[in-house]
Amino acid sequence: MCLGVPGRVEQVWEADGTRMATVDFGGVRKEVCLAYVPDVTVGDYTIVHVGFALTKLDEASALETLELFRSVGLLEEEFGPVAGMEAAS
Amino acid sequence: MKYLDEFGDPDLAERLLDEIRRTVTQPWALMEVCGGQTHTIIRNGIDQLLPDEVTLIHGPGCPVCVTPLETIDRAMAIAARDDVIFCSFGDMVRVPGSSKDLFRVKSEGGDVRIVYSPLDAVRIAQDNPDKQVVFFGIGFETTAPANAMTVQMADRLGIKNFSLLVSHVLVPPAMTAIMESPTRRVQGFLAAGHVCTVMGMSQYEPLVQRYNVPIVVTGFEPLDVLEGIRRTLLQLEQGRAELENAYPRAVAPEGNPTAQSVVADVFDVCDRPWRGIGLIPQSGWRLSDKYAQFDAEQRFDVTGIQTEESGECRSGEVLQGLIKPNECEAFGTTCTPRSPLGAPMVSSEGACAAYYQFRRLQTPAGASAS
Ligand code: SF4
Repeated sequence: MCLGVPGRVEQVWEADGTRMATVDFGGVRKEVCLAYVPDVTVGDYTIVHVGFALTKLDEASALETLELFRSVGLLEEEFGPVAGMEAAS
Repeated sequence: MKYLDEFGDPDLAERLLDEIRRTVTQPWALMEVCGGQTHTIIRNGIDQLLPDEVTLIHGPGCPVCVTPLETIDRAMAIAARDDVIFCSFGDMVRVPGSSKDLFRVKSEGGDVRIVYSPLDAVRIAQDNPDKQVVFFGIGFETTAPANAMTVQMADRLGIKNFSLLVSHVLVPPAMTAIMESPTRRVQGFLAAGHVCTVMGMSQYEPLVQRYNVPIVVTGFEPLDVLEGIRRTLLQLEQGRAELENAYPRAVAPEGNPTAQSVVADVFDVCDRPWRGIGLIPQSGWRLSDKYAQFDAEQRFDVTGIQTEESGECRSGEVLQGLIKPNECEAFGTTCTPRSPLGAPMVSSEGACAAYYQFRRLQTPAGASAS
């Protein structure tokens, strides 16, 4: 139930003074409240939980994390264990 | 889909696992607090891929599972009323109360509706002005902003026939209770990522300091969970205890300040009993006095209900990580998702449901033959 699901904002509008959006979750579309994420706009990815967007997914950070995963262990494979060479946290 | 496929990449998972194997030199016990992470772990067999030295203890992070029996019985008493439309997340309707569940109340004529969002319940209230619409407001800090804003909206729109039956729970006090427990085995925590998306990270700093325990904020995809495990183990092996963020794409250190302020306006911290675990001080949220008129417990008289817990269900031990679900005698025999004895067998975040779905045919490793 605490699971937030990432989706892409497709359309934004106002209802009763609240910013709402249609968010696409890999083909499933839902109506989502944007009140907690004022800077989210069409095309952004956002994490949605029970009808409310909670945060904008930080794309740069997602790519960085994936890059980190790709590099994990590479140094050690080449040079053997290196003390304190933990990637940036 | 973007950011889902990538974070399930098997090659990268193998890379992280290799790194974990290289890191570990001695036995460690980690707890993943959130039931969503438990499901990722069991579904992908992550616990079985880890080196033997690493034990994953499944935490109490299943809001449906820890909702007090008394509250569930109250929900059923309210839902059975002729003048009420009772709205709930789907997980909640099959959770056993003392003698039945909400699904049964529905089959007996109660108007029980499963909704995706609390906003749906407000809409139902607008469409049914002659009925009382009650929403079962449960969940951790992740769900509270949704429920809180829904109450503010109902207030602003002057919707009088809407109320909330609240049983919110908070993660940091539960982690404190785990560290204070005499049976404590946990040496490091994977903290629930989306709770931190809302509340930020600073709440965990005192825990790290007081118990000298590493806490790594962790996401929900397989690679996220592996990275949370890798970082926690690295800290333990290096003798460090720090608060780290392994889920920066969704967690800013300060969380979501707007959500925090709406939650602070609508809810007050209170003591809360956790089903199977017992009372944890200052571990829940109730409606603040300002919004007391939206409190279903005040609107309907539901005091004096006698509760009775199933004698067979060992959910308390499961929720505290003392036993694995398949060590419960009832697991898969008298307790199944179709006829559950306890909440962890029905909830989509319950550990028993995860084991039943993905690991039913395996015998529990290390379980006594009694
Ligand atoms: S298997 Fe069923 S009876 Fe056993 S602890 Fe889990 S929910 Fe309770």
